Amino acid sequence: MLDNHAKLLYFFSKAQQVPGRKKLQKMIYILQQCHVPFEEKYQFHFYGPYSEELTLRVEELCNLNFLTEKKEEKSHYHQYRYAITEKGITFLNQFEVNMPDIEDGIRILQDCSARFLELVSTVLYFSYLSREEIIDKVYTVKAKLKYTDEEIDEAFRFIDELRNRSSH
Amino acid sequence: MAYKDEQLIEEKVFKDPVHRYIHVRDRAVWDLIATPEFQRLRRIKQLGTTNLTFHGAEHSRFNHSLGVYEIVRRITNNFADRARWDREQRLLCLCAALLHDLGHGPFSHSFEKVFKLDHEQFTQKIILGDTKVNQILKKVSADFPEKVADVIAKTYSDKLVVSLISSQIDADRMDYLQRDAYFTGVSYGHFDMERILRVMRPMDDQVVIKSTGMHAVEDYIMSRYQMYWQVYFHPVTRSAEVILSKIFQRAKMLYEDDSYQFQLEPTHFVSFFEEKVKLSDYLKLDDMIVYYYFQQWQEEKDDILADLSCRFINRHLFKYVEYNPDPQINAGMELYQLFKEAGINPDYYLVVDSSSDLPYDFYRPGEEEERLPIHLLMPDGGLKELSRHSDIVEAISGKKRTDHKLYFPRDRIQRIEDPDLKKRILDILYGKE
Repeated sequence: MLDNHAKLLYFFSKAQQVPGRKKLQKMIYILQQCHVPFEEKYQFHFYGPYSEELTLRVEELCNLNFLTEKKEEKSHYHQYRYAITEKGITFLNQFEVNMPDIEDGIRILQDCSARFLELVSTVLYFSYLSREEIIDKVYTVKAKLKYTDEEIDEAFRFIDELRNRSSH
Repeated sequence: MAYKDEQLIEEKVFKDPVHRYIHVRDRAVWDLIATPEFQRLRRIKQLGTTNLTFHGAEHSRFNHSLGVYEIVRRITNNFADRARWDREQRLLCLCAALLHDLGHGPFSHSFEKVFKLDHEQFTQKIILGDTKVNQILKKVSADFPEKVADVIAKTYSDKLVVSLISSQIDADRMDYLQRDAYFTGVSYGHFDMERILRVMRPMDDQVVIKSTGMHAVEDYIMSRYQMYWQVYFHPVTRSAEVILSKIFQRAKMLYEDDSYQFQLEPTHFVSFFEEKVKLSDYLKLDDMIVYYYFQQWQEEKDDILADLSCRFINRHLFKYVEYNPDPQINAGMELYQLFKEAGINPDYYLVVDSSSDLPYDFYRPGEEEERLPIHLLMPDGGLKELSRHSDIVEAISGKKRTDHKLYFPRDRIQRIEDPDLKKRILDILYGKE
C-alpha cells in the first residue's frame, strides 16, 4: 500500500531539498533509467521526459503534509522548492522501502543545471538508438536550446559515469 | 497520381453522434481504416470499466480515433491559408490523429500496470513493424511511417504538428471529453468546440488561442475538471479497476507457481506472464478475449482468482472508505494484519487507490517548463498563459485535486465468524475508533 509514495519520500529524505519542478522531474527520470525502481510513467513532452503521475504524486504528498512546497522568486522566474517534513519522515519509517543506495546519484544530479538535466534525460530517452541517431534526435527535438557538441559529449560521459556508479 | 495525393472518387462519410459526420477523402486514410490493426480498435472499449458505472459507456477506441481524425481534419482546413501552416503536413497530421491510440490494449490502464507495458510503445511497433498499417504508410513515402510514429511520440521536428495531436488543448482531449460525456450520459463535458477551432492559430511551435476565445477555452477546462471527478475518477469505476488489476496479478502469480494447473490454459496471456510479449501476441488481445478468460476463471480451483473473476463479471465490486494515509497509516497496517487473521488475503482484498494511479490529468500552467501551457494570443501579438488571464482557470488550477480511497469486500467481512475480529475491522473502516 502506497509503496510508490514511500519510494518518493525515500528520495526526498536523501535529497533534503529539491529546487524546482523541472529538476525534480528530470532527476527521478534519470535515476529510473539507472535502474532505481521508481515506477512513475514518463512520456516525451515539449521540455523532454515528463511524468504526470509524478507531478500528481508529489501534489498528493504535499496535500498530506509529508512534503513542503515553497515558492521562490528568482530574478526572471519563480520555482518551487520541495523538502520532506517530520510527518513525512514518520510515515516513511513505517515502511520497509527496498531501494538501492541513491545518495551519491542524487548529490551528483543536484549539482547539475536544469538545462543539462534536460539534455541528459533526452539522451537517455533515446538510448535505444545509436549514438549518432541520438545526437540527431537531440538536434531535432531540442533545436531551440542549441546544445553544443561539447555539452552533448559531456552528457554521454555523465551517463556512463552514473551507470558505472549504479552498477557497483 | 502519387498515392499521397490520391483522393477517393466520392467522399466517404461515417455518421457520428458527436461530430455528426466524419469525412474521408484521402485514399491513404480510407485504406488505414480498413486495416486489421485499426479494425481491432472496435473491440477495445474507450473507457475500460466505466460501463460498470455508466452503462452507456460502451464506445470504442475506434469511435474515438475517427473523432480525433475528424477534428484534426477540420483544424487543418481552417489553417490552410495561414502563413505559418505548411500544407504539406496535412496528410501526416491526419494519419497521426487516426493512429494515435493504435497501441491501446484491452483495459490498458490496469493491464499495463500489472504487466509493465506501455501502449505507446506498441503504437510505435504497429506503425513501424511488419503490419498492414506500415505497408500503407510506406506507400505514401519510405520515411512516412517514421514521421507518423514521431508525431505520435511527440518527437517530430515540427512541434506545431505535434501540438495538434498532443498538447493541453488538442484534438485528442476535445474528442474524448465530448464523446465520453455523450456515451456516459452526463451533462458535463460539453463546450463550444466549433468556437475553439475558429480561434485556434498556428504559431511557431504551438497552436495558440486568440484571446477573444478565452471563454470557450474556460468552458473546455471546466469540462475537463468536471469529467475528471464525475466520470474518470468515479469511485465505483475505480473499484472495478482495482479488482481487474488484482485478477491479472493473481493469474500471473498462479502461472509462476509450478504446482498450479489452470483448468483453462491461459494461452493468450502466457507471453505477458513471461514478460516476452511479441507484437503478434499483443494484437490478438481484445476485450472479448479478456472477458472469455474471466468467464472461465470463475470456475478455477484457486479461490482468489475465481472470486475476483466472479466479482468482475457480475459487478459485485469492493466497497470503499475515504483514506488519509497521514493519521490512518497505523490503522491501515492494523487492518492488514486483521484481514490476515480473518483469512482474507490483504494483498488482494485490501487496496489503497490514489488519484495519481489514474492516467487522466488536469490543466497545468507549466510554471517551470514541466509542460507547455495553453497560450492566449493577445491583441498586441504577445502571448499570455491562460491561467494568468482567466480567473476561472486560475481558481481551478489552485484547487486541491488529490484523494485516496481504501477498497475492500464488505460482504467477506460480514461473514467473519469471530465477532470481536469482525467488530474491530468494521470499527476501523467506519471510524468508530
